[in-house]
Amino acid sequence: MSAYRSVMLFGEIANSSLASITRELLGAGRKLANDLGEELFIVFLGNGIGNIGSEAIALGADKVYVVDDPLLGDYRTDPYVTVMEKLTKEAVPQILLLGQTAIGRDLAPRLAFRLGTGLSTDCVELSIDPESKLLMQVRPVYGGNALAAMVCEKARPQMATIRPKAMAPAVKNDSHHGEVVSVPAGLDSSQIRTRILRKVKQEAEGIKLEDAEVVVCGGRGIGSAENFKSLEELARILGGAVGATRAASDSGWVPATIQIGLTGKIVTPNLYLAVGLSGSSQHMAGCSGSKTIVAINKDPEAPIFKAAHFGIVGDYKQVVPTLTEKCRELMAK
Amino acid sequence: MALNMIVCVKQIPDPEAPPATFKIDSNTNKVVPPQGIEPVISPFDAQAVEAALRLKDVHGGKVTVISMGPASAKDAVKHALAMGGDEGVLLEDEAFGDSDSYVTAYILAQAIKKIGEYDIIFCGRQAADWDAGQVGLGIAEILGIPSVTVAQKVEMMDGKVEVERVVENGYEVVEAGLPVLVTITNELGEPRYPTLKGIMAAARKQLTLWQANDLGMGPDQMGLKGNLTQLRRLFVPAREGTCEVIEGENLAEAAVKLALRLRETKVI
Ligand SMILES: Cc1cc2nc3c(=O)[nH]c(=O)nc-3n(C[C@H](O)[C@H](O)[C@H](O)COP(=O)(O)OP(=O)(O)OC[C@H]3O[C@@H](n4cnc5c(N)ncnc54)[C@H](O)[C@@H]3O)c2cc1C
Ligand SMILES: Nc1ncnc2c1ncn2[C@@H]1O[C@H](COP(=O)(O)O)[C@@H](O)[C@H]1O
Repeated sequence: MSAYRSVMLFGEIANSSLASITRELLGAGRKLANDLGEELFIVFLGNGIGNIGSEAIALGADKVYVVDDPLLGDYRTDPYVTVMEKLTKEAVPQILLLGQTAIGRDLAPRLAFRLGTGLSTDCVELSIDPESKLLMQVRPVYGGNALAAMVCEKARPQMATIRPKAMAPAVKNDSHHGEVVSVPAGLDSSQIRTRILRKVKQEAEGIKLEDAEVVVCGGRGIGSAENFKSLEELARILGGAVGATRAASDSGWVPATIQIGLTGKIVTPNLYLAVGLSGSSQHMAGCSGSKTIVAINKDPEAPIFKAAHFGIVGDYKQVVPTLTEKCRELMAK
Repeated sequence: MALNMIVCVKQIPDPEAPPATFKIDSNTNKVVPPQGIEPVISPFDAQAVEAALRLKDVHGGKVTVISMGPASAKDAVKHALAMGGDEGVLLEDEAFGDSDSYVTAYILAQAIKKIGEYDIIFCGRQAADWDAGQVGLGIAEILGIPSVTVAQKVEMMDGKVEVERVVENGYEVVEAGLPVLVTITNELGEPRYPTLKGIMAAARKQLTLWQANDLGMGPDQMGLKGNLTQLRRLFVPAREGTCEVIEGENLAEAAVKLALRLRETKVI
């Protein structure tokens, strides 16, 4: 295993800059690389990537691999796995990390099987075990009811995906040096077995849920699409965004793109207002990192009160209108 | 064109059981099955069965349901058959126990190779116990076929599949040739309930039972020996937290107090 060197990251780009998950990967990866006394590599795949190398280097990367190719414009499994397999075999990293994102969820498992190595998805904590020097991978299981600490003893690289917003992003340091290497993709389009016919955007207007400092989240208790409007008003006054539990989005009251939780979005706002939702472990997976959680629920036994800092027990319909009015008044001051 | 479909279903502890019933035996690093709560077919897998049945409704064909697990996993297979599946295969062997994602995908892929003919293989996006989301992609890689994950809709178009794949800001429509593996997400919609007729038909069906030697798997390839990942510890995270419950003469007064409290603590 001594032939394996370095920590390698799969970087993602958003609006020609590093995606927030990528900063988190750099933060986690830099620590692991330092603990092992190894270099930190990051890989970017895409079409017309532009100059993101210097940003990644300032955030701790020692080497940036850029693979720019028209066939890598949209994420598709086959070309991405093929290029990542090639890069991994050349760089022989000890550790390879990706984000638990739409891309990472699809790419990481298939790549792990291609490389014949083990993978832990959706990790919330990564560290180097001082004795064995193995990557200790901690991930929530059973919907968040438990945590599992995993290692990969027999194969390399040790692979993990990290949950968004679970790890501290890297801090910028302009004096950090590194190099950018351009690598040809060497792809043959006949190897690509899927085609994207079209993309459909379903984004809510206003502040992006993942970036909002205040999230007002409604659950099954809200009762209808119409009733969700009262939450929109409260969110607007607080300068926030509306989210939903799966029970609410599966009911068709709101689009699935605002679902928060294990299989939805992960948010860590300053204020999380949980209205008419029970606080299932799968839902809390998406919001438990919030600074202040406020629960409004008519059932005093609802698990959400175990996670909340403030709570009101009662029918939200008798709480939200007054809460909205009072907040309007306070926010104007 | 009639389709040959295979759906992989896993039986798991009920993921929506009350959190208070969740217990771990720290000596064995295993979950203690809660008293009186029956295990269920993993919800995304029931939706994977639904996805296959919707295609069967339109194009005809055959749906084979396959599960690896203990003897009780036959109930998950029977559930899928009662929904409308045609044939069931149970992979049960003590040696399969404790297998990780890597080994599980191998065992299922061996079984699928033995079945032989398939146009579409369906899996859930993740099994709702360990939430790994790996086995489907693993099967596709081992079989050397394309995969499309996190699908909310699957249709046939000119001999190819068109799949709506859910992404962060909406969905994309992906086309792939056959054979293909597709993993299904809850946005597909509710799985159908088994009808009484379906339940009776499923009860009469004989499941195919395969063990390790039927699949040509050696002892070193399975369970703890074959795993690529090792579990060091399974534990329940500490949850602190005290909730300040805000009361008033009535709920409107409580609401006012809450707003003031949030201002006081500089939350808003
Ligand atoms: C593998 C897996 C992944 C999942 N992923 C997610 C996920 O990403 N996100 C997610 O949210 N869920 C997810 N779920 C589903 C999750 O387990 C719960 O079913 C879901 O979160 C419940 O939503 P809820 O709290 O809105 O509904 P319920 O649990 O039904 O709670 C409704 C609450 O509203 C209260 N209420 C009702 N009426 C009123 C009223 N008038 N005023 C005040 N309170 C009222 C009730 O007391 C109750 O507590 C997942 C499940 C599985 C198995
Ligand atoms: N033991 C099993 N038997 C049958 N199918 C399984 C099994 N384990 C996983 N799967 C399938 O693979 C999917 C993903 O599982 P996982 O990678 O464990 O999250 C599940 O939704 C099932 O469709």
